[in-house]
This record gives sequence, C-alpha cells and structure tokens, in this order.
Amino acid sequence: MNIIFYIASLVALVATVMVVTRKNAIHALLYLVVSLLAVSVIFFISGAPFVAALEVIVYAGAIMVLFVFAIMMLNLGKDSTQKESRLMNFGAWIIPALLCLILLCELIYVFFSYDAGYRNVRVIEAAEVSDSLFGGYVLAVELTGMLLMAGIVGAYHIGKEKKREYHRYLQLNEEEHE
Amino acid sequence: MNEIWVHILIIVCVLLGTVTIAAGLIYVERKMLAVWQQRLGPNRVGPFGILQVVADMIKIFFKEDWIPSFVDKKVFIIAPTIIMLSILMSFSIVPFAPGWVVADMNVGLLFFLAMSSLGAYTIILAGWASNNKYSLLGGVRGAAQMISYEVFMGLSLMGVVLQAGSFNLTEIVNAQKGMWFVIPQFVGFVIFLIAGVAETHRLPFDLPEAESELVAGYHSEYSGMKFGMFFVGEYLGITLVSSLITVLFFGGWLGPSFLPPIIWFLVKMFAFILFFILLRATLPRPRYDQLMSYGWKLLLPLALLNVLVTGAIVLSTN
Repeated sequence: MNIIFYIASLVALVATVMVVTRKNAIHALLYLVVSLLAVSVIFFISGAPFVAALEVIVYAGAIMVLFVFAIMMLNLGKDSTQKESRLMNFGAWIIPALLCLILLCELIYVFFSYDAGYRNVRVIEAAEVSDSLFGGYVLAVELTGMLLMAGIVGAYHIGKEKKREYHRYLQLNEEEHE
Repeated sequence: MNEIWVHILIIVCVLLGTVTIAAGLIYVERKMLAVWQQRLGPNRVGPFGILQVVADMIKIFFKEDWIPSFVDKKVFIIAPTIIMLSILMSFSIVPFAPGWVVADMNVGLLFFLAMSSLGAYTIILAGWASNNKYSLLGGVRGAAQMISYEVFMGLSLMGVVLQAGSFNLTEIVNAQKGMWFVIPQFVGFVIFLIAGVAETHRLPFDLPEAESELVAGYHSEYSGMKFGMFFVGEYLGITLVSSLITVLFFGGWLGPSFLPPIIWFLVKMFAFILFFILLRATLPRPRYDQLMSYGWKLLLPLALLNVLVTGAIVLSTN
C-alpha cells in the first residue's frame, strides 16, 4: 500500500505544480483534474472508499467539468496566454515560493518525527459515513443544504429574464411615440 | 498464485469480450435498422454481410490519421482515449456471473457513476480542441447534457441501493433473488434508461453530434482510428448501460437453471442493446431546450420523489 501511496502523491504533486505553471487555462484545469484523481487514490488506500468515489464524482466529474465549460464559453485566445506569461516573472513568484519552502520543511520534519504509516488502516464504509453525517453532524448537513438552496434561488433570480410580451402593433406604436 | 492467474484470465476475458461485442454491434445495428426499416442492410461481405465489421475495422485502421494544423494537438489526441478508458474501467465492477467480476468493490455503483462523469470530458475536450465552431457547439451541448442527466442518473439508482442496502453490485444481484427490482423500482428503471441513452448520447439524444445541423458535432475533425475510438466507445457505452440495467433491475445472472448464469446475463443484456437500436430506428431528435426542460423539470423531481417514497417504505418495513 505504501508504494501506491508514494506514486499517487508524486502524481498529485507534479500535477499540482503543472496547474500553477501552465499558461493555457484548459491545460491547467486538466492537470487539476489529474491531481484530484490522484488525491482520490490516496483517499481510497487510506480506508475511505466512499470519500474517494465522491471526490471523483463531485470534484473531478462535476465541478471541473463546469470550470472547463465556462472557460470554453469564454473562448480565451492567444492574448490571454501571453498575458499569463507576463504574470510569471521572477518577482511575482519568489516570495510565495520561499513561504512554501518553509511550509515544506515543517511538513518534512513532522513526517519524520511522527511515523503513523499505513499499518492499521480501518476501511470506513458508506453506511458508517452516512451514520455520522445524519447522526452527529446532522446540523452541519442541514445548514449546508440551506446554503446551497439559497445559492440556487439566487442564481435563478439573477438568471431569470423578464417576460416581455411582443406584439407587432403595440411595438410599432411605442416606436412611433419615441 | 493460481488465484492471480484466474483473476488475470477474467480481466482479459472481460476486456476482449466487451470490445468484441462493441465492435460486433456495428454490424448488428446496421442489420437491425435495415430489418426495422424494411431494407436489406449490409449483405456484400461474407455470408449475410457478417464480415462487414472486419471490412470496417480494416478501413478505419488504414485510413490516414490526420491532425489538422489549427487544433490543440495534445488535448486533441487525449480526448478520444478518455471515453474508451472510462467505459472499460466501468466494466470492472459489472458481475457477469457469480465470481465473474474484476473488482468486487464495496462502492461499485459509485465507481460507475464516477467513471461516467469523467466520460463527459471526452466530448468537451474533443469539441474544444478541434478549434472549429461546429465542434465547439457540439462540445457545449454535450457538456450541458451530460452534467444535467448525470444528476438524476445517480438519483434514480438510489432506490435500488436503498432496497438492496449496498453499493456492491454482486450484493444487489443477490438481493433480487425473490423479485427483480424492475417491479418495485419501475420509476427508477425508466429514469435510468432515459438517462443512460442521454449519457451515451445515442439517438434520440444525440444532440452533441446532430449530423443534420453540426456536420458531426464534437468529432467533426477526427479521422482514422481516433474517430474509430469515438465510434467503438459509443457502442461500448451501450453495452455498459445495457449490462448495468440487467444487473440493477433485471436480476443479473439470475434465471431458471436450464441455462448457465452467464448465458442469462448475455440474453438480458442483448435484449436491452436491441432496445437501444430500436429507439434509434423509431424516435426523432428533440430540440435542445426540450431536452433540457424535460430533464430538469420532469425527470429530476420524479427521481427525487422516487427516492423519498422508497426511503419511507424501507424505513417503515424495517
């Protein structure tokens, strides 16, 4: 299991770096999809198959499709790629990279000082997840549901077109008045 | 050691079997369409035209694999592989007979839903990478259609999951020993069937490729074996949806004992494949807004209602 973990995390890391460095938006999103799939593999071998499946269905399969869909509609051409390449100058990425390096050092230290490993993995089934979701965490689930409902109502309100009755003669009269 | 070999044998059989069936469907579809439309159909190559598939495959393999200069090359090449990959991966959870399953996963049904949602990328990416307005329109249509129909495709299966008490397909089949789920879950079955047609973008829901308006939609720019992958991928999709309908609603391999289980499975699966072809032969294509409003305004509430009623009944009987 450990070797699969290292392969999947390597894929996730490389793909995530590629997300940041790609200049073409669609290519970047595709690398993000790969990264999400790799994370889903890590979930699966850490004993959470239900979360792994949801990760693919919700993130890779639905949200990322919507992202790609939106970018496809924008039809970004060569201009945006050039704009991106101007953003990637030395001054812009050096400080975030240094901060990330500090975090990485901390992470490596924690990794070596606290060795949990994958020796006793307990697989958590879908039924167990739903038991705790609709048992102990039912308030959080309901609040999330209300938030999503508010989002849907808001989106519907913004997207709704005002109904206009078109009538040939009335329309003509209005134009004449103007 | 022996167990590993049996496992590898099953994997090879499933891969070869499904791809062969999918390729064979090219002939079956053309012949059956001809029968239903009172034509002769393919009858030149071999007896009854059976070797037509071989001729088609040889043609597709030897055609020039042309990549136009204006496309996004990498994405253009990746797109057709995604549909084959995702559908062949989905076959790994289908139990063909007792013990004849590649991966007997506890989250099997969710794995199928995950793979089918990844299948949407093939249309979107092919449409976008082709850099052609007809392809892009096809891609946009396909993306919207697949996202919309995935929502209640998952919901329509939740009734089955509630009654069987598991996402595992083998357990779902075993739960149908008393009664096939098509009887208590008839609404779920109809919704899954419609969503399955939309997911494989077959006629009447083939708007992403609608040849009378969009040339060939998202695969207009493809040729040679890349086009062949879309072509075979579509038939693989039909085979997958038919076998899932068999497993989830019609008792999988279960049947009277005068035939072996695998034969029962294949008989049921081919019945649904023929039904898919009959749909193509008879129904016209709806308008795009009709497709969308039909999905969101009729099928989604129906699927939710089905989950609610099934949940209430399961809760009261336990």
